[in-house]
Amino acid sequence: MDFQDKRAIYLQIADYVCDKILLAQWPPGIRILSVRDLGVELEVNPNTVMRTYDFLQQKGIIYNKRGIGYFAADDADDRIKSYRREQFLETELPHFFRNLYLLNISLEEIEERFKAFIEVEFK
Amino acid sequence: MINIKNLTFGYSPKKTMFRNLNLSLPAGNIYGLLGKNGAGKSSLLRLMGGMLYPIAGTVEVAGHTPRKREPAFLQEMYFIPEEIYLPTVSLNRYIDTMGPFYPKFNESQFRKYLTEFDVPADQKLTAMSYGQKKKVIISFGLATNTRVLIMDEPTNGLDIPSKSQFRKVVASALASDRLMLISTHQVRDLDNLIDGVIIIDESEILMNHSLTDISDRLMFNTLSQVTESDRVLYAEPSLRGYSVIQENREQEDSRVDLERLFNAVVTNREGIKNLFH
Repeated sequence: MDFQDKRAIYLQIADYVCDKILLAQWPPGIRILSVRDLGVELEVNPNTVMRTYDFLQQKGIIYNKRGIGYFAADDADDRIKSYRREQFLETELPHFFRNLYLLNISLEEIEERFKAFIEVEFK
Repeated sequence: MINIKNLTFGYSPKKTMFRNLNLSLPAGNIYGLLGKNGAGKSSLLRLMGGMLYPIAGTVEVAGHTPRKREPAFLQEMYFIPEEIYLPTVSLNRYIDTMGPFYPKFNESQFRKYLTEFDVPADQKLTAMSYGQKKKVIISFGLATNTRVLIMDEPTNGLDIPSKSQFRKVVASALASDRLMLISTHQVRDLDNLIDGVIIIDESEILMNHSLTDISDRLMFNTLSQVTESDRVLYAEPSLRGYSVIQENREQEDSRVDLERLFNAVVTNREGIKNLFH
């Protein structure tokens, strides 16, 4: 896995796990990779993966069955989306706004482009 | 698991290397011992292994005093030196001879690591290249399942694919009652593998903190320009302006860049020290 430069590793691993769940490679009810196995796969200290799993557990995205392992929650999809939405609004959107302001791009222009983008990509 | 108190050591009584050095390392972690050439990394490791004796102070490892070299200590400690030596025997003979010294040695684990490292099982130890021998020793050390495993520059002599295999194998061998201590000046080899950072410079321990603590207190960032108000502790020019380390006032999560951390700790000793007090 190629890690980005800036974000904390445990959060990047959280994104990796969320992607697996969203892509249904790790569906609800099936045990996901153990802390150790994911550590080996990503060449990362198992304690770091543990931190990721604690974090995802707090968000209700995965849960732990004692002595068995970790599982994706039944409503993991919704929870991941709300976590990502929150993340986007808090961290990415301010950068985006900053650029709009610095480059004098109006919200009207953005709206037009957004509509065209949806037309091309998703319809 | 490792406790060093008020350690004084020197190769001659007149010229001391360490003076009143203290270091405490709990189990369940992989520590990276970082330092320049000649900073005292190997000497410190050898004091823990019982190969060197303190002039004053105490070294305690897994409840034992290494200097005494008691069997109960030696079977819980495996030490991989930078310069390795393997006898001219077959792999099986090596296992039969060396395995019994370590009660928790696990042969199938050993063979699994060798496979992971692409070392052919039927090859004689004598016919192996330096890198392959190093892989044999690393695999053996991990498979002894000793409570303490010390590796002095383990990735020296390993080729490019082996470094990734090394990280996988080491990650798989960590246990909550085990301590691994790896010295290196190749910090990139240990990226994401270590969770504790010990920085030693001019015979002094400048830092001993978990990566979590470090990222709580320090923020690794890129700035287009550096101003007074940014609370920058260290800056180096980079493609997009400056790669910096700042005080982490907003509790932001950033990725610890070991190389930059090392440079910052060595060049801005006081600034970093004050933040961790």
